[in-house]
Amino acid sequence: MSITTLIPSPRDITTEPRRSDKVFRGVVTGGGLSSLVILGLIALFLAYRGFEVLKQEGLGFITNAEWSITLDESANVVESNFGLSAMLVGTILCSLVAVVIAVPISVFSALYLNFYAPGWLKKILVAVIDMMAAFPSILFGIWGFLVLMPSVEYWGKLINKYLGWIPLFEVKPYFFTRSPFVAGVVLAIMIIPIITSVSREIFAQAPLDRIQAAFALGATRWAMIKAVVIPHGRSGVVGGAMLGLGRAMGETVAVYTVLNIVFQINWHVLLGAGGNVASLIILKFGEASAYEIKALMAAGLVLFFLTLSVNAAANFIVKRTGKSGR
Amino acid sequence: MIQTPESEKEMSTSAQPSSLASVANAKQARTQPTQATGTGLEARGIHAWFGKNHVLANINLDFAAGSVTALIGPSGCGKSTFIRTLNRMHEFIPGAAMAGEVLLDGKEVYAPGVDVTKIRLQIGMVFQKPNPFPSMTIGENVLSGLKLAQLKVENKDELLESCLVRAGLWNEVKDRLDAHGGSLSGGQQQRLCIARALAVSPQVLLMDEPCSALDPGSTLRIEDTIRELSDSMTIVIVTHNMQQAARVSDYTAFFLSDGGPGEMIEVARTSEIFSQPKDQRTENYVTGRFG
Repeated sequence: MSITTLIPSPRDITTEPRRSDKVFRGVVTGGGLSSLVILGLIALFLAYRGFEVLKQEGLGFITNAEWSITLDESANVVESNFGLSAMLVGTILCSLVAVVIAVPISVFSALYLNFYAPGWLKKILVAVIDMMAAFPSILFGIWGFLVLMPSVEYWGKLINKYLGWIPLFEVKPYFFTRSPFVAGVVLAIMIIPIITSVSREIFAQAPLDRIQAAFALGATRWAMIKAVVIPHGRSGVVGGAMLGLGRAMGETVAVYTVLNIVFQINWHVLLGAGGNVASLIILKFGEASAYEIKALMAAGLVLFFLTLSVNAAANFIVKRTGKSGR
Repeated sequence: MIQTPESEKEMSTSAQPSSLASVANAKQARTQPTQATGTGLEARGIHAWFGKNHVLANINLDFAAGSVTALIGPSGCGKSTFIRTLNRMHEFIPGAAMAGEVLLDGKEVYAPGVDVTKIRLQIGMVFQKPNPFPSMTIGENVLSGLKLAQLKVENKDELLESCLVRAGLWNEVKDRLDAHGGSLSGGQQQRLCIARALAVSPQVLLMDEPCSALDPGSTLRIEDTIRELSDSMTIVIVTHNMQQAARVSDYTAFFLSDGGPGEMIEVARTSEIFSQPKDQRTENYVTGRFG
């Protein structure tokens, strides 16, 4: 007799859950799926409302810069041109400026909070930074417009003076007010809290035994941070930066207050002309005709997928940290 | 290691003849270390606290240059805390405080104006759990101390080889120095950590239960390493394994806490501690009556 006949096939392993467990499971499942349902419904609504415009404009909706509609006396559409390219470029430009400014500040403050700040100061600073996240964005916008703009304009002029030969920093005509750079600085302040708190959490998880190993080898605090904490937290910081990027892309009111919205693609970050998809919607929504509202919904859909994909990428990177950090 | 023949041992004087005593007596035959420099390490009146909790009271202990001292005692008696005060790793724990003096070659380790990173270069440490840097290769791990402390060394390859040889790991890793530290077994990782500690050429090496996470074979390899290292440096080893204390150390200090702060009950030559301890509590512990 061969030995294989003695090996049984794996049996099913089951359990009969209690009634209370089943009920609780149902409640939790409902809660868990609700966000997915809501998100799906919003996407569906935007797609449904924007479908007509998307079909009409085709790929031009992404690649054209013009945004115009002509109506006759009885409010029928005579001619319409809807394109998002200027707004998309502007969105990306403003958010990149924001991330470039915010990431170093956030990383340094996270390092300070974890490894240098005395306990009492750390508590206060964490509370303040969390409060910054809850601060209404319109106030950031107004403050940025009234207080920050003159200084940022001055920095912009300095950058232009010394680095103007780089195409990105070119300014023609010579006009600095309400530029993507100013909007980016305001956005940077708004996304510092989220990047700081993600970085802080990931740095706090740096393994203590390795930190001690570094110190026991005569490392200074900074050398220890370079050898242990940064390698451990690198991908977490990238994830945090992308969460910040997602928030910066979706930000509406603050950018609308600060930015000079122009329907022309502008890659010159210091020039006072830019765009932002969310600000476009708020700019046009009040006086839009029925057909234009559909176009705005389509624009919303594009923004929705843009931020969704950035956030998904961020999540992926943050999750991967847990595995690769060891 | 020179083994002393059984007949030459002074077993007759032992009130409680035990196998540990014979192990410790066999150790006596060690040739005097000569290459260790300096006057060694002295701890004077060390107290330690965690917050309001007084964990260590009035420890006075000298470690002669080139000696191996084992610290034994039940868990929670402050042995690890004590050695962490010696290289100033104690102060990293929030709420930790200490009193007393630690002298290295007669100089105060805690004196104002002392650069703590220099102290830790002179007094190296090996931890209970092997903790190589996982993002670095084996070679980079050994030399990481140089980078961390911003030291310059003329011949890195030579240093790398000599540290790994002294840590007893060279033959096992010489063909894969570019592999990651995490790819080694636990015992190899611990020897890698010893090699890493040696690379910055410390005068004193503190070992906090270096073998407690290892299998018996790896433990013996590390004990061989300790004996070889003791020719050139001062070693302080915390251990729960009394056999190990008997095998590797010249002196043994017994720590005990009766619910209050930990105290040092007695210190003596290892052979005496295991054959004729002065204190009844030491005898109870080394003969296995408690602990």
